[in-house]
Amino acid sequence: SVTGTTLWVIEQMPVLSIKAAVLIQRWYRRYVARLEIRRRYTWNIFQSIEYAGEQDQLQLSSFFSFMLDNFTQLNGNGPGIEVRQCKYEQIVVPDSYSGPRLSFPLSVTDTNTLLSAFKEQQTLHGKYVLQLLHETQKFLKQMPNVIYLSSSYAKEITICGDLHGRLDDLLLIFYKNGLPSAENPYIFNGDFVDRGKKSIEIIIILFAFLLLYPDHMHLNRGNHEDHIMNLRYGFTKEVMQKYKTHGREILQLLQDVFSLLPIATIIDNKVLIVHGGISDKTDLYFLSSVERHRVSLLKCRLTKQSSSSSSSSSSSASSVCSPRASCRATPRHPPPSPRLPSPVDMLQVPFLDSIVSLALPEPPKEELEWRQIVDVLWSDPKNQNGCSPNSFRGGGCYFGPDVTQRLLKKHGMCLLIRSHECKQEGYELCHNGQVITIFSASNYYEEGSNRGAYVKLGPELIPRFFQYQVSRSTRKLTLQQRVSVAESSALKALQEKLFAHRSELMAAFQQYDINNTGRISTNEWAQVVESVLRLDLPWRTLRPRLVRLASDGNVEYESCFENISAGQPIPQVTPNLAETMYRYRTDLEIIFNIIDKDHSGQISIEEFRQTWKLFSSHLGVDVDDQAIDDMARSIDFNKDGSIDFNEFLEAFRVVHKLDMKEQQQG
Amino acid sequence: MRRWVQPGTSVARPYWGEAIVSELHKRISSAFDVFDHESNHTVDVREIGTIIRSLGCFPTEAQLHDVIAEIEEEEPTGFIRFERFLPTMSRILLEHRFRPVPEDLLLQAFEVLDQQKRGHLDPEELTRYLTQEGEPFTQEEMEEMLSAAVDPDKNLIFYKDFVSVMTVDDPW
Repeated sequence: SVTGTTLWVIEQMPVLSIKAAVLIQRWYRRYVARLEIRRRYTWNIFQSIEYAGEQDQLQLSSFFSFMLDNFTQLNGNGPGIEVRQCKYEQIVVPDSYSGPRLSFPLSVTDTNTLLSAFKEQQTLHGKYVLQLLHETQKFLKQMPNVIYLSSSYAKEITICGDLHGRLDDLLLIFYKNGLPSAENPYIFNGDFVDRGKKSIEIIIILFAFLLLYPDHMHLNRGNHEDHIMNLRYGFTKEVMQKYKTHGREILQLLQDVFSLLPIATIIDNKVLIVHGGISDKTDLYFLSSVERHRVSLLKCRLTKQSSSSSSSSSSSASSVCSPRASCRATPRHPPPSPRLPSPVDMLQVPFLDSIVSLALPEPPKEELEWRQIVDVLWSDPKNQNGCSPNSFRGGGCYFGPDVTQRLLKKHGMCLLIRSHECKQEGYELCHNGQVITIFSASNYYEEGSNRGAYVKLGPELIPRFFQYQVSRSTRKLTLQQRVSVAESSALKALQEKLFAHRSELMAAFQQYDINNTGRISTNEWAQVVESVLRLDLPWRTLRPRLVRLASDGNVEYESCFENISAGQPIPQVTPNLAETMYRYRTDLEIIFNIIDKDHSGQISIEEFRQTWKLFSSHLGVDVDDQAIDDMARSIDFNKDGSIDFNEFLEAFRVVHKLDMKEQQQG
Repeated sequence: MRRWVQPGTSVARPYWGEAIVSELHKRISSAFDVFDHESNHTVDVREIGTIIRSLGCFPTEAQLHDVIAEIEEEEPTGFIRFERFLPTMSRILLEHRFRPVPEDLLLQAFEVLDQQKRGHLDPEELTRYLTQEGEPFTQEEMEEMLSAAVDPDKNLIFYKDFVSVMTVDDPW
């Protein structure tokens, strides 16, 4: 329409020009919409795979806990090898060490030294890490579960979300917003570690500032501040790689420190800040009274509803097996002696979910405490009213605006700030502005996938948002390029999933393809893929990117495996076995790390064999014993009876053929 | 609603084969699902334009508003239900409404704006046209288009190149 245009413009723009403009606008908006849908389904792919991984993790967590607690029974070594409780004072830092040195109590010099050292890619010596963690542990023990803050009339408080090991984002925040200080208080809302490569550096910086400014720096626990999550999502690996001598002790101490992190922060009794969210059962008074230190998050996971009583027995035994000192200043009790199940009981525990023969019944209070914390660390908001279990993630709830409204009203609060979910703009409001999601790791899924953000609150408690994005390339990418890069990465991840389930998929495809034409309808293809992969994705919209159509409009189903192949085929290993190994690569890696207590990178063939038997029983995977033996022996390249498991994992890589072609041409 | 009755028949028979319609429904459903964040068959009304366009249609903003008015609840909730979206969208696709803008027509549109026939446009003049006329772009839309369209060395828009880069094969 021509309304609102000034006269001189009308004179200068004849009707034809107006038509031309409309045409261009119409076309361009459609172009942008196409990009938007590609961006969206790329996001859905990353998120689905991420959450499915977390679900797997939760489901396997009882198995991993069991392995962690009881592994040594496998090779009959008696009670678990105790990690030497090395006094950090006794560690000598060589003169040749050129990294940062800390002196306690910490001063601004120390934090500045750390920041510049990490910018230079240096590593803090294990001695100082241990010392820092000991001091942090001491400090956190006196902290309550819920921290109450008040904003003073002069200062704004800055709240940051997930960082996930992205040091560049933290440094960018400090650059834009200033370092923590008495005038510049911060709250970091959990998920400091995993996925990114600089998790330990982030932890060191955050803890250092915590000790330096205890009244102006606050940390909430996230669902990734948990040693079992760390096994899968990279933090454990990072620590073991950077700290070859002291890695194990550092991890043990970290495990304790994580369990001591506060669960929630409340500002002016008006703003509630937690990592995940809430549920309709969330009770702030109860939450304040829980002994957070004793609650083991993933160990208490109930794997199957029908066997709730039995699996909870197993979990209480495992938490008893790992004695923890009480964090209260009560008369000290000696830690309960480790109760290791007898070899007969042991085999029954992790995978025969309906049968458990361990003594201690689950005290109901522990179960309630566990649920309170899991809800707060794992829940996600949803737009519709109500509260339902968070099946996507496998833990916590989906909570609706009514749940938020009720809880906030009950405590006279006006705002819930949480993190836990990646958002394209780094932040998002929902529930009529009563819930803010704040996420501080930019480019989380892929370069250009999202911005990071932080939020500032002044005494009037009106949020102000600040966004940023770490950029590796100097040239700014166009929207098209960003979307293409992210999409390509997501599609590769999806193709790997298809590959990992190839035989199952092919069997299902062939059931529809009675005449063996190599083709089935799009509908059939979508149904099969959805039911085998169990990923809730828009398969029809994705179809053109994953699989080819024949001239008759049907899908050539085998073409979805075309672009991907096994890295280096091992002669003794059948494709089926290779596929199984590939599918469980991540889990096997975790198990190897658990077994390999001295971090030699080697496990014995016997250990491998027994582990695989336990694991495959748990999963219900049927693999021929002989085939496993043959494979294990063929991987033992130097025939000394032990497997280098990094080599083993390398053997089950996949390659994307297009990448290889590019590499060969480039 | 258009009636698909073949001349000379007394029974109203669907003109389009059932298989085609079913396939279409699934395509629409799949696109809808991308935005159905809570898996409850609703999407935010602000995403409807994106969904319709991603299915291959090129509506103007005005045409989009008309469609939304048709599928909204009597008392608008901010959400569109799939049950209302599906029949309308099926009709749109079957009737080939909101046809694509062919590449040559698009090129002509740019040429119309290029009054001096130089083969290129200044960012400022294109901005003026597209933010003040027709169904004006927002500042964000304009900036995004310029970031893709402007040749950084010459600070000009060579629209012929721009058009061919942007009209790459559509897999749908």
